[in-house]
Amino acid sequence: MAVTLPGPHTPTSVAGTTSPDPTPSRRRRFTWARSTPYLLIAPAIAFELLVHVIPMLVGIFMSLIQLTQFYVTNWSAAPFTGIGNYRVALDFSGPLGQQLARSFGITLGFTVLVVGISFGFGTSASLVLQRVVRGRGPLRTLFLIPYALPAYAGIITWKFMLQRDNGLLNQLLVDDLHLAHGRPFWLIGGNAFVSLVVVSVWQQWPFAFLMTMAGMQVIPEDVYQAAAIDGASTWQQVRHITLRMMRPVNAVLVLLLFLWTFREFNTPYVLFGPTPPESADLLTVHIYASSFITWNFGLGSAMSVLLMLFLIVVAGLWALWNRRVNRDA
Amino acid sequence: MKIRTFAACVPVMLLAAALTACSHGDAGSGDADATLSYWASNQGASLDNDKKILTPELDKFTQQTGIKVKLEVVPWTDLTNNTLAAAVSGRGPDVLNIGNTNAATFESTGAFYAFDDAAFQKIGGKDRFVASALATAGVAGHPPTSIPLYSQVYALYYNKKLFADAGLQPPATWEDLVSDAQKLTDPAQKRYGIVIPGATVNSSMHFSFIFGQQHGGSPFDKDGKPTFTSQGVIDGVKQYVDLLSRYHVVNPSDAQYTDASQSAGEFAHGQAAMYMAQTSGINVLAQNGMTPDQYGIAPIPAPASGQKVSSFVAGTNISIFKKTKHLDAALQFVKFMTSSQEQEILNKAYTTQPAVKDAPAAFTDDKQKLDVFTQILADYAKPLPLVSGVQAYQANVGGAVVSLIAKAATGATISDGDVKVALEQAQQKMGAK
Repeated sequence: MAVTLPGPHTPTSVAGTTSPDPTPSRRRRFTWARSTPYLLIAPAIAFELLVHVIPMLVGIFMSLIQLTQFYVTNWSAAPFTGIGNYRVALDFSGPLGQQLARSFGITLGFTVLVVGISFGFGTSASLVLQRVVRGRGPLRTLFLIPYALPAYAGIITWKFMLQRDNGLLNQLLVDDLHLAHGRPFWLIGGNAFVSLVVVSVWQQWPFAFLMTMAGMQVIPEDVYQAAAIDGASTWQQVRHITLRMMRPVNAVLVLLLFLWTFREFNTPYVLFGPTPPESADLLTVHIYASSFITWNFGLGSAMSVLLMLFLIVVAGLWALWNRRVNRDA
Repeated sequence: MKIRTFAACVPVMLLAAALTACSHGDAGSGDADATLSYWASNQGASLDNDKKILTPELDKFTQQTGIKVKLEVVPWTDLTNNTLAAAVSGRGPDVLNIGNTNAATFESTGAFYAFDDAAFQKIGGKDRFVASALATAGVAGHPPTSIPLYSQVYALYYNKKLFADAGLQPPATWEDLVSDAQKLTDPAQKRYGIVIPGATVNSSMHFSFIFGQQHGGSPFDKDGKPTFTSQGVIDGVKQYVDLLSRYHVVNPSDAQYTDASQSAGEFAHGQAAMYMAQTSGINVLAQNGMTPDQYGIAPIPAPASGQKVSSFVAGTNISIFKKTKHLDAALQFVKFMTSSQEQEILNKAYTTQPAVKDAPAAFTDDKQKLDVFTQILADYAKPLPLVSGVQAYQANVGGAVVSLIAKAATGATISDGDVKVALEQAQQKMGAK
């Protein structure tokens, strides 16, 4: 790679004509100038290996052995099962496979809802703030608060508000507005899913807002002016200029939101603890329960690898689709 | 990506352990001025309560032996996970407490030091211990990997004033308990007959075991195979869930109690007339402002046609990590904690029953309460199965009961069939190991 760089060679050959270099081959093998990029990147590579790649490989290895409570102190004794753990996880007639499939479906629904709503909120808020000049600063700050708040503190506050007996939500709905009959539960049963979506949207949408806002600011004002002169309505401007020019930004944004939401762990874990209600049994917590609570790390790792493979497939499809879009555009 | 780190959190711990192990070197055998690290379970009403009780005793130990002890009180919800992580990484405390329910499971990991006869000699001999307590220390026939420290049993606590006002006597049968609870339930007053820790996995397993035993059901057969779908186990779970689902004598909000101490609060504030808890409930209620003269104690009753089982032999054991560098110091510490003198002091403070014969049970001055607890331990307590799958049993059956309670709380009526399906799934998860 660096050999193809013409830079360092030229002075050597020039020097060679005036006074012959005694060790040309040695200089070619090692020069500070040539190795500087490698030296600079070496710590990053080392840490990338240490923090991501090696643990990932160990995780894949764990998924191939029967790492249960009997072997946790001595991994080398754990029997090798090959794809045994995967077979259990993907056996949809068995209870574990069934629950994994169910959990996958719930997670997918949850992700689509959260990404859709967050993206919708973010884009609308950006569009409005793009046109409103007065009070833009304070509003922007207000919208970004959930994103700046420590996740745990935010979710715990929601958890208090969603309590059945003394939560703020039931206080408002039941005691003040008399909208609901009886006191509904928000953290167990079917409503738990709604609570989870609401809390996640509350957390995610400021990021969508931030990204779309930044994207809209680089669209030059004269494009809008030209469109206005041609008689385009506000809606037409939004549709054909803003959204069209925002396409690359939005594509990345939706992918990021999808990946982040799909592997969301903090929100369900803090809201519901290690045994979430069935309606809100997201994959990551499900995997946590399968490995940490029942001490079957091999199976848990297999499920994690499957989750990773799914996300890789999603990212790959996105890249393909994106390339097609860019070619068409 | 978070999921990668999550999936790989164990290996990261291992790596970190390997890296730091290099710098640690050999601490040697100079045990005289060693510092032991000790993970104590949360026995008291709060972590602070535990620290207050334990610190003076640990200071005493340091004075006697010169060995310092670094105390960390770990809540029950974290203790099992932390211990598991320590077992995996090989880096944990020197000495720690475990729930005796988990003794057999932890024994199977091989992470704990096994007390053979020579080790028992060093801590004062096997015969000092109460036999039923020592039986919880590990799988029968193996050298145990834990030593009993505090023993407990379940009992029924009832609010004397509420019972007297309604002209009721403490229930002698389960049918009485249900009818008393119905009479005492008044949702308009926010008062219910009985409180349950509805979302607490381990307590849910405890109750399913006790009530299952009352119906002659056992969760494991002689070979240690799970038998969760036997009629007795189903009937036991149904009996428990019916309190909420069929008789409505439980506040539906209880289905959100993820910690047994939350139900103590409801009982202490007079919002529930009955409360099923272990011996340490006396201390927890005291911390919640309820004095012992305000409540009475009775064995948890069984159905008239059932077997009189009120509890299992619950309690906390103490274990030594196999990888400790201060084994002698750790053994001295176990000997100290199980000495008659310390057993008396600690069990009195925690209102639990001593695990050694010489120490008198002194957790309350109330003779009636003392007698009831002693009688339950002697006559009405069955040991939990000592099989390695007991942790998975707790997670799966306890989890199944928690979700049944949640369904009942959100309005569903739980039938025998629902219970059976839930237990069937729990059992299938055991088979997948």
